[in-house]
Amino acid sequence: MGIYYKIMQKILLLGDESIAQGALDAGLSGMYAYPGTPSTEIMEYIQASGEAAEREIHRFWSANEKTALEAALGMSYAGKRAMVAMKHVGLNVAADPFVNAAVTGINGGLIVVAADDPSMHSSQNEQDSRFYGKFSFVPVFEPSNQQEAYDMVFDAFHLSEKYRIPVLFRITTRLAHSRAAVERKPAEPEKAFHLPSDPRQFVLLPAIARKKYKALLSTYESLKYDNSLSKYNIFRDGKNRKLGIITCGIAYNYLMENFQDKGLDIPILKITAYPFPKDLISDLTGRCEEILVLEEGYPFVEEALRGILDNNLKILGRLDGAVPREGELNPSLVAKAVGLKAEPFHKVPAIVRSRPPSFCKGCGHSDTFNAVIEALKPYKSNGVFSDIGCYTLAALPPYNIITSCVDMGASVTMAIGAADAGLYPSVAVIGDSTFTHSGMTGLLDAVIKESPVTIIISDNLTTGMTGGQKSHATGRLKRICEGIGVAPEHVRVIVPLRKNHGENVRIMQEEFNYRGVSVIISERECIQTASKRRKAEAS
Amino acid sequence: MNAFRQLQNAERLKLLKKILKKTIMKSDIILSGVGGQGILSIAAIIGLAAIENNLFLKQSEVHGMSQRGGDVQSHLRLSDKPVSSDLIPYGKADLIISVEPMESLRYLPWLSKTGWLVTNSTPFINIPDYPPIEEILNEIRKIKNHKIVDADALAKDAGSSRAGNMVILGTASPYIDMPFSSLEDSVRKLFGKKGDEIVKINLKALKAGRNA
Repeated sequence: MGIYYKIMQKILLLGDESIAQGALDAGLSGMYAYPGTPSTEIMEYIQASGEAAEREIHRFWSANEKTALEAALGMSYAGKRAMVAMKHVGLNVAADPFVNAAVTGINGGLIVVAADDPSMHSSQNEQDSRFYGKFSFVPVFEPSNQQEAYDMVFDAFHLSEKYRIPVLFRITTRLAHSRAAVERKPAEPEKAFHLPSDPRQFVLLPAIARKKYKALLSTYESLKYDNSLSKYNIFRDGKNRKLGIITCGIAYNYLMENFQDKGLDIPILKITAYPFPKDLISDLTGRCEEILVLEEGYPFVEEALRGILDNNLKILGRLDGAVPREGELNPSLVAKAVGLKAEPFHKVPAIVRSRPPSFCKGCGHSDTFNAVIEALKPYKSNGVFSDIGCYTLAALPPYNIITSCVDMGASVTMAIGAADAGLYPSVAVIGDSTFTHSGMTGLLDAVIKESPVTIIISDNLTTGMTGGQKSHATGRLKRICEGIGVAPEHVRVIVPLRKNHGENVRIMQEEFNYRGVSVIISERECIQTASKRRKAEAS
Repeated sequence: MNAFRQLQNAERLKLLKKILKKTIMKSDIILSGVGGQGILSIAAIIGLAAIENNLFLKQSEVHGMSQRGGDVQSHLRLSDKPVSSDLIPYGKADLIISVEPMESLRYLPWLSKTGWLVTNSTPFINIPDYPPIEEILNEIRKIKNHKIVDADALAKDAGSSRAGNMVILGTASPYIDMPFSSLEDSVRKLFGKKGDEIVKINLKALKAGRNA
């Protein structure tokens, strides 16, 4: 991954890659992740790095975000610096270890990167990971550009080790997937293996946890005054004091874009690190009549500023409509919020049609769904439960066959619940990587309860939607399902090709008619990874 | 700096005036097309050339689900001053470079009043309601500064139907404030690993687009 090249020690990097390079230079020993847009390129960069290979840095994908974070915590336990990266909804999966790792604290520095996706370019929601920082009493860095992202990794490791606490990195799609030149710093050595001096540090028995929680609360207070955090929050005074502006993360760039030729003479507070810089915020609110808050995601700072009761200060932001309540910011929206004109000159002609993503030509998922659609015809069925991956595109025409896409693995368990309520046939279609991420435990539920469900695993031998990362499921699905307890005669393997259509429909119907747990593994390699593989083999 | 100190005052003044007089360089470019058509290679070539010319740049890309046959775009910003926003504001783009005609129209709100639109004429039809191509081209012709080129045909002539993106880049190159030779150098760098034949075809396609 990554076209990057050196020019006077500067390299051109995506935001994701800046974090990865920062971690490599700051003495990283282990990188853990599950692929998820827009975070995937962090791990991919480290996997492609010659230096990472030479240093034998751990850099394998994990089964899911929870296992990734726990493994990273284990590396931290052993005294080394670890980083774990995921998309924002991945942090929901990893929330249990995340919140509790704040209480145990760390040994080697630990950074958790959560890549948020405002406007939901490739996601189910636009949740704001900064809340997880506050919720867990963990410091948060929110870089505004690629260079800051790189630099902050060093400070994040230092801060993590100084206070023995995990650090959360919050980025958004726009920074994750935008390139700029980054200047590297002198590298730091990796930490030596050393076990925690207190053998009970990671033992959260209630009596120990109570003490540790108390200590965590006091650490969170002292963080507010630490220079490696506070140096990233910058107050710039101005003479025109009617309006003051708070920007968080990349919102700062959109503001400055609008004043490039004009000069900006109003007080601005640029926040890129949390807990809130209380003193700087009161410096700003003390001298201005109105405060505009520009932040990507939820009105996190704005809500805190408003409090529950109205105060005398007039606050503008996402909650009063000065900025749209939802969706990604951009320079034009910010221009409008500060009272500047930002009108397009041209309009999009009415003739332009939307062009949604679609299955690649020859994709195995489409053959699987063609068979599912035909197999369901004799039944009163409104469709199948499904999951998160390329195959979710079968919710769109001409397939229109998917009735759910909620969270990783939910197709299996929703099928169980709906079968409990009387739905028949209750069918789930899930991808191979999604199945090993979070579908297996649901399948165990089905086996124990003898639920009448059919789980179709559309196995393309890769994690396709995020660009073809190695799937934990490859070559193991049949054995996994049998091991979980599905009767071997009801674990069927089919090949989704047009020539097998009739046969595949027949097998599906046989399993729909069986009133117990059945699994159909529909197995054919993703055509994208297949063509990449063939090219690699040829050269 | 040392060389500057050794100059006579009059010469220093002359040099400073020359530097100050230099017009500000800024190119805000929208690249558009359909997932898989190679707009990121165009971005990479311009980006490489920009670095060689000591320019600042930011380039925002689309990854993830949209790459599966959906519409994709990239904002590419070059300047001799640091660039603030990763996104181009509405009405500020100097250039739209599109590998697909209908996609060139999707990003018109970003194009400035004086900006140029350079597009391929060959449609990529993967939706059932794709409009008649003549109607698309008529809309493009309404933009004052436009250039339509049959990139697919020129690419085939150059030796590979896959080099259409290089043809379009060649056609757009007069509107990018950088020497053509530095784009050629970037093509050599980017495709060098793939062998001399690939480099030759892509350079030929670039040139064909430039002359179109």
